[in-house]
Amino acid sequence: MAAKVQYDAVEVGQELPSADYQVRRVNLVMYAGASGDLNPIHWNERFAKQVGLPDVIAHGMFTMAQAGRYVTDWAGDPGAVVDYGVRFSAMVVVPDDDQGATITVSGVVEEKLEDKRVVIALTARSGDAKVLSRARAVVQLA
Amino acid sequence: MALNRDFVGREYPPSASYEVSRVKIKEFAAAIGDHNPIYRDKEAAQAAGHPDVIAPPTFPIVFSLQSGGGALADPDLGLNYAMVVHGEQRFEYTRPIYAGDELVTKATITDIRTAGRNELLTIRSEITTVGGEPVCTTYNTIVERGGAG
Repeated sequence: MAAKVQYDAVEVGQELPSADYQVRRVNLVMYAGASGDLNPIHWNERFAKQVGLPDVIAHGMFTMAQAGRYVTDWAGDPGAVVDYGVRFSAMVVVPDDDQGATITVSGVVEEKLEDKRVVIALTARSGDAKVLSRARAVVQLA
Repeated sequence: MALNRDFVGREYPPSASYEVSRVKIKEFAAAIGDHNPIYRDKEAAQAAGHPDVIAPPTFPIVFSLQSGGGALADPDLGLNYAMVVHGEQRFEYTRPIYAGDELVTKATITDIRTAGRNELLTIRSEITTVGGEPVCTTYNTIVERGGAG
């Protein structure tokens, strides 16, 4: 396995270009089925509102997967991500329309570690909300 | 209702083994909208130096929670599942997960704490092959909203 990014070409403080990921209801239905998390707050508006939510919300793990995809796309190899953790700090509300919601992910090289590993600090926003906090991935570079 | 602190430190017996299939990885990759060929095509995965298609970093959520799931359903714990949201999640890899892996998960409740009006519970899951080779450790923190009263 090999990342496409060279450790020596990366500097602390370097910003990675941001990327937008669209989330529509169909994506949540697919994620519910694939992950086995069938909690109705992720696909049933009536139920979501009954338990006090503004609307259907995305699975936290769906959002985490989008930020994960951001890192694996940057690294060039999913196997290069050796540690990945997040805190879920706000909900991604997904309206029932053609646009859905947008998750915008950006990253910055926070630290260079031994053995050609780097820490990427990630930011994920949807609308005005920061939906992930303390999001960090450790990536094995080439 | 506060969660029962007696559950801290409880270990749960290893799950039945979970066989990672190419089809499931492909389905999961499609569900997260990721079109990377390394998740779909064995030859693309091998060209990248992997023995077979590889699972996305968050894939263990598919099977790792089931092992600790019984604990959360235990009435003695006092968890109101309707009020649960996901608080934190982490995956720490020893090596990537590949199609063909047969994995077992051993869950331990490592922490229960109060934060404001919420109760937080953390489960650590050790994922190994059936042969005992370490693969991944996951840390899952759930939040019971209003649980601390």
